[in-house]
Formats: sequence, structure tokens, C-alpha cells
Amino acid sequence: MAEITYREALNQALAEEMERDPDVFLMGEEVGVYNGAYKVSKGLLDRFGEMRVVDTPITELGFTGLGVGSAMVGLRPVIEFMTYNFSILAFDQVVNSAAKLLSMSGGQFPIPITFRGPTGAALQLSAQHSQALEAMYAHFPGIKVVVPGTPADAKGLLKTSIRDDDPVAFFEGEMLYNIKGEVPEDEDFTIPLGVAEVKNEGSDVSIITHGKMVHVALQAAGKLAEDEVSAEVLDLRCLRPLDTDAILATVAKTNRVVILEEGWPYGGISTTLTTLIQEEAFDHLDAPILRVTQADVPMPYAKGLEKLAKPSVERVVEQVNKVLYR
Amino acid sequence: MAESTKKKKKGGRKKSDAEMEVKAEEASEQADVSEETTDQEAIAAESAGDETTDEGDNQVAAPKRPDPDWQKAEKPDLSLDERLQGLEEDQLRQMMKDMLLARRFEEKAAEAYALGKIGGFCHLYIGQEAVVTGAVHAQTPDDYVMTAYREHAHALQVGMEPGVVMAELFGKETGCSRGKGGSMHMFDKERNYLGGHGIVGGQVPLALGVAWAIKYRKEERVMQVYMGEAAVNQGAFHESLNMAALWGLPVVFIVENNRFGMGTAWERASSLYDISQKSKAYAMPGRVADGMDVLDMYRVTKEAVDRAREDSGPTLIEARTYRFVGHSMSDPVHGVYRTKEDVEEHKEQKDPIRLFADVLDEAGIVSQEELEEMDDEAKRISAESVEFADEAPDPEPSALYEDVYANEDVNGRLYFDGRERP
Ligand SMILES: Cc1ncc(C[n+]2csc(CCOP(=O)(O)OP(=O)(O)O)c2C)c(N)n1
Ligand SMILES: [Mg+2]
Repeated sequence: MAEITYREALNQALAEEMERDPDVFLMGEEVGVYNGAYKVSKGLLDRFGEMRVVDTPITELGFTGLGVGSAMVGLRPVIEFMTYNFSILAFDQVVNSAAKLLSMSGGQFPIPITFRGPTGAALQLSAQHSQALEAMYAHFPGIKVVVPGTPADAKGLLKTSIRDDDPVAFFEGEMLYNIKGEVPEDEDFTIPLGVAEVKNEGSDVSIITHGKMVHVALQAAGKLAEDEVSAEVLDLRCLRPLDTDAILATVAKTNRVVILEEGWPYGGISTTLTTLIQEEAFDHLDAPILRVTQADVPMPYAKGLEKLAKPSVERVVEQVNKVLYR
Repeated sequence: MAESTKKKKKGGRKKSDAEMEVKAEEASEQADVSEETTDQEAIAAESAGDETTDEGDNQVAAPKRPDPDWQKAEKPDLSLDERLQGLEEDQLRQMMKDMLLARRFEEKAAEAYALGKIGGFCHLYIGQEAVVTGAVHAQTPDDYVMTAYREHAHALQVGMEPGVVMAELFGKETGCSRGKGGSMHMFDKERNYLGGHGIVGGQVPLALGVAWAIKYRKEERVMQVYMGEAAVNQGAFHESLNMAALWGLPVVFIVENNRFGMGTAWERASSLYDISQKSKAYAMPGRVADGMDVLDMYRVTKEAVDRAREDSGPTLIEARTYRFVGHSMSDPVHGVYRTKEDVEEHKEQKDPIRLFADVLDEAGIVSQEELEEMDDEAKRISAESVEFADEAPDPEPSALYEDVYANEDVNGRLYFDGRERP
């Protein structure tokens, strides 16, 4: 085990998978000469050359479709979105091509592509650059959605995503690139898709979350512990496939649930989880399920307003207290 | 140039040709959901000047209404021998058979649609046969083909079994896409046929990716991608042309300009009339082909395919053609957007099958008698494809959740409808 950053973990995963399989290539804006807008691809151009680390023009729809087309004939592209906000321009190719080609072709064309890039708000980037779009991707059958919150999960899950034969949308936390954590050095270290992880054991309430929000949940759990409240934090790690067994198990254990996500509430991840839990674990619930999400507004620029709009430790604690009727 | 093009003697049409047209007529009448022909002038007539200006590099052609010989505008005046150059008699015969099959197959599809055996959108290719036949004959079976939703003829042209194509139209398990794709989404991996795409322009970046893969693997293959002229206004088209030229990818972009995107005439949709000129913005060669002349399609495409294979360079081809039928089976053949006379005139004077039959006759390659035999054969194959599709099984209910994911060997749940799998 070595302690490395989330960024380095991603870089290792890319390098190892490109080394392992000559069909894997990385394409996107600034991934080569510039070493990546967030330096995730640092050094890869020198190591693998320009057919495999490809700088594109700013042309998201075009290079995303290019990736999907190359996957139709067996390459395994990793398409980097500088941030997922810009993937909205490419969404036609994600939704209408990547997600549907296998089905529309009666099983003839699997699309082994990985989309990746940062999601969610950083600091004061305002409305167009501060969106958590996981729910939008998870909406579509045919796509898998992976949302790692720690360096180890980032590495193990990116490797699995690249090896997977389906389109995988891999969401990195824009604010997570610098966080450090223990990561196994073994080149065969992978994490299977669809396995959630309890990041903090607890018995009074379950906070179910993913991605960057795992850290908010852990801080909230720390605060609650000071108050003698034992909060379990379940990190989903993948949204599709979804570890429903783990979700139902934590609900059965604590009987109270707060769902925390960075995205908006309408049609969000928390909406789906709430439905699932009430359909399949209704009898285990001792209180209504409550949620913490981004405020239902476009992200404002002003510091104070932005803070109000984002999910916070305080709001998680508040909702936990409500489900505990405290 | 129009003047110098040989005019076909009128009234000299042979019986079987006339017959052929009657059939095409029947099919298009079926397609006609009886919108009255309006006497309205082509809107284009007023909206556009007639002059093409080309003064210096900054000048481009102004929108203009097609003259009657629009399709032939840039066709060189070649002798019969020159036109047939490089093509063996067998291949010429095969081209004729292919076009006849495309025509007769579509007529059968129209019939089946009228009987309710085919559902949804169904876009026929009648009138445009020369385009795909000429272009696919210019490449090899190792090369790839991809197109939009007006694709039955493309599927047949790459060699897919007519029965399997018809079964897909019928939504049957033994259809080429197991009944999941239908008219707009045919695929055949084995024959390098990459579909069948329903989002206007959506296939163009995909084709770019296939061309990228060819270059990545240092293969000597070529990607042929087709689109309607309306797709040229999509960003996807422009983004793709840019990268294809920037990276020198072996792709041939074939725009099937049938003058209309549903009911919108090209001159009402593009600030630049001449599609082939759009290639100039990307430093790419642009060519015009007469899309009613299978030999011209072959000639122009062959040059582009050879260039793609040898220098890995892309080409934009504008194939000027015309559809004799409505946009889809649920759209009128004519009406507010084009006149009945316009359609009739094209059918009478530019039917690509009749034009090619005349060439083969003149060259002494296919006699009248042989043409009739070929046509009977095409009718027989088409009829058999319907029989095959009629008898083919429907997909089992269990197929509903098949082929959504290639790898379901994951932990957790992939489907959220809460239903038992059938
Ligand atoms: C992105 C998109 N917008 C609109 C449509 C609806 N639509 C289907 S075909 C068509 C006309 C396209 O015309 P063209 O590209 O010229 O092809 P043609 O039908 O003439 O072969 C339209 C508007 C669509 N399928 N996709
Ligand atoms: Mg058109």
C-alpha cells in the first residue's frame, strides 16, 4: 500500500490499463501536450504516443461519437470530458448511440467505452460549471455509472470500468483530485462494479451517499458521534449497477435513512433510492426517508449563496436529527 | 454542361420499363396518404436568385433553384466506353440486379406496410437506388458501410439476406437485429454493415470513429458513411469533417441529396446551395455525383475510396438524387413542398433503373429479354423475403431484457422497474 492522491490513482489506472491492452486509448481536450486540465493524464503522451493519447479540438459531440464508433469495431476508448458539464454537448452520442447500439443491433455491437471527467461543484464556478450530472446518466438503461469517492476506489473502479464491455460513465469529484489515501500497488487490484462499501459503521441511522459527498457524510457522522449518535455511512460507489442488498441491509440495521447527493432533488439519485427502499424495505422504516441535495436552483456565484446551495455537514446533521425525532 | 448531355429519346420507352414505372407508381400511391397536390409554386422559386457567383475565394454560390438538369451539373461528358471503364460485364449486370432488387424489395415493403405487417416509421429508397449501388460497388467487402434510417437498400447492397432484412421490418426474432431495431436500425457485423441510425447526422461521428480505428490499427480499409442532405446542417457533420481532415482518416462522406428533408427543400435550409463546397472549409476534396446515374456514382466514389485507402484522406461527395416516394410511408408523395409534376417528371426522365437499362442496352450487355428475366428474379426474391418474414417467429418475451448490457456479470442491480424477468 502506498499513500497517493486521487489524481495519481487515476493516472496509475490509466497507465496500467493502456499498458495491459493496446486497444485502450485516451482522447479528449488537453489530455496530451497539456497533461490534462486536471493533470490526470500527466506523462501519458510521452509514454504512449499520440495515437493513444489524443488531444482533440473542442468538439465534444464529435469526439464522443468518434469514441463510440471506434468501440463498435472493438477499440476500448477512454473519453475524457474536461468536466461533465461539457458532456451535455455530447449527450446525443452517449444516449442515442452508446447506450442503445447493443440493443438496437440485437446484441451485435457491444460498446466498451469509458467516459470520465470531473463532476459537481468546485468553488464559485457559477451555474454552468457546477453541476452533478450522475442522475442524468443513470437514467438511461445501457449505461453503467461509477462514482468513486476515495483514491483506492478511483483506481480499482477505473480499471474495472475500462475492462468492462459496456459504456461506463465514470464520475470523478472535481474537489477530490488532491485528497490522499492508501491504494494497493498490485497491478491486478480491481474493484468489481456494483459493490457498495460501508465507510463508517453505525447503528442509529444510515447516511447513503456517493462520490465527493462521502466525505461530507463522514464529517457529519463525526459530528453526530460527539452527540452519541451512531451514523452508518454507506458509499454506493456505483449507481448502475446498484448494490441494493447493501442498501436494504443498512436500512434493516438502522431503520432510519438520510440520502445525501450533490445533484438536484427532482428525478435525482435520492428519488430512485427512496422509491426502492419504500418498495422493498417499508416495514423496516421507523421514520420517513429524508434527503439532502443541492438547492433546487442553478448554482449561484456569490460565495454565501453558493454555500447555501450546496449540501453541507450541517444540513446532514439536521436531517439526521429529524429522522431520529431529536 | 446541361446542353451537352445527351437527351434520351422520348416515347421510345420499352414495355417493361413502362411496366416497371407502373409498379413504382403503385407503390408510391400506397405511400400517398392522399394530401391534395397544391398548385403552389415551388417556394424555392421566389426565395432564390438564379445567379451563381464565383468571384474570388471569398465568394460562394448563392442559393438557387435547381435547373432541370441539376443532378448532372458537374458530370463530365464521357463516351459510353469511358463510362463503362474499369467495370466488367458481370459487375455491370450485378449492379442492374442490385438496383432491381432494391426497387422490388421496397415495393414489397410498401405492400406489407399497407397490410400492417410493418409498423412505425418506414422510409423507402425508391428513386435513389443508383446512389448506394454505385458507391458500394466501388469498395470491397472488407470496407465498412454506415447510414441513416433510409437504409433497406444499403442493407441489401452489402449482401444481407433479403429475408433477414424483411424479417427485421416485420419485427421478427430472425431479423438482422432480432426485431429490436426495425426499419431504421439494421446491423450486420459480419458484413461490416454498421447500421441504421435514426438521429439525423448522428451516424457521422460514429463513422469517424470507425475510420479512426482503421488508422489506429493500420488497416487498409475504408469507411463509407451516408446521410441525407438535411444532416449537413448538423454540428455533428461539421465536427466530423474537421477531425477527418485534421487527422487524415479513411472515410468517404456521401451526402444523398434528394433535395428534401421531409418537406423542407434544401434551398430553404442552407445558406450555401452547393454541398460539395462545404468541404472547402475543412481543406477536404469535395465532389458532385449524379445520383441518378449508377456509373457516375461508381466513378466518383471509386476515386474517393482509392484516395482513402492509399492516402488515408477523406472526401465529401454530394450525390444528387431524388426520391419518388413520400418521406416515409406515413407521408405524402407530393403536396405543399413539391408538385406532382416535379415527381412525375423525375420518374419519367430520371428513373435510375431505366437510365441504366438504356446504357446496358446500348452497350449490348443486357438485352431487353435479359432485363425482364432479371426483374422477374428480383420480384421472386422480394416475394420470398416476405414469405420468410411471415413465417419467422416473434421474439420471445424473455428477449425483452436481452442485449441491454453486454456484461451482466456484476454485483447489484442493473434494472429498476421492479419486474420479474420473463
Ligand atoms: C436530430 C433529428 N431531428 C429531427 C428528426 C426527424 N426527421 C427524421 S428524417 C428528417 C428529414 C431528414 O432529411 P434528410 O437528411 O435529407 O434525409 P432523407 O429523409 O431525405 O433521406 C427529420 C427532420 C430526426 N430524426 N433527428
Ligand atoms: Mg433529403
